[in-house]
Amino acid sequence: MTDPVLPAWAVLPAGILLILGGLIVVTAAIGLLRMPSFFARMHPPTMGATLGTGCVLVASMLVSSAVAGHPVVHELLITLFLVMTTPVSAMTLMAAAIARTRPKA
Amino acid sequence: MNSFFGFAVTFATLCVGTAMALASVRLFRGPSAQDRALAFDMLYIDGMLILLLQAIRTGLSVYFDMALLIALFGFVGTFALARFLLRREVIEP
Repeated sequence: MTDPVLPAWAVLPAGILLILGGLIVVTAAIGLLRMPSFFARMHPPTMGATLGTGCVLVASMLVSSAVAGHPVVHELLITLFLVMTTPVSAMTLMAAAIARTRPKA
Repeated sequence: MNSFFGFAVTFATLCVGTAMALASVRLFRGPSAQDRALAFDMLYIDGMLILLLQAIRTGLSVYFDMALLIALFGFVGTFALARFLLRREVIEP
């Protein structure tokens, strides 16, 4: 387990952010499973997974900063990368779905 | 306070595991190919989240590097799948 010397200013918000992130991710998965059509199913994973990942990454940043004793911003790499790439893959998938479901005329 | 944090990490790991199970159900059941590609996208993001939670739990930075690599190559995989569904070829001649 983690060090027992973690200060409360890091542990309390990190724990709350972790619980929130887990709930958001599981909500996105339920939406992915239960929405009626593909275009409705597109929404929950993109928004939910991005927000849940953001919560977990901020919590990880807080904890590793508290462990190291100075601000650690490695996690910003993953955040930046996900924020840049998730809309691109979502838009490409959406264009593919539109092209595949359009009636041949 | 520390037991609260341990509970939070375990709870988040269980939530992400449940999300992975639900996404795999959609992956096997998805009526169209783009549904499966979307479920795959969700699945790799959840795997990356589990690695990040392990990094928080153990304090090792190796897990963080693995999560970064999964984020990188998972995007490449999803983009190639979507590109193939769109144009029937990944790299145009």
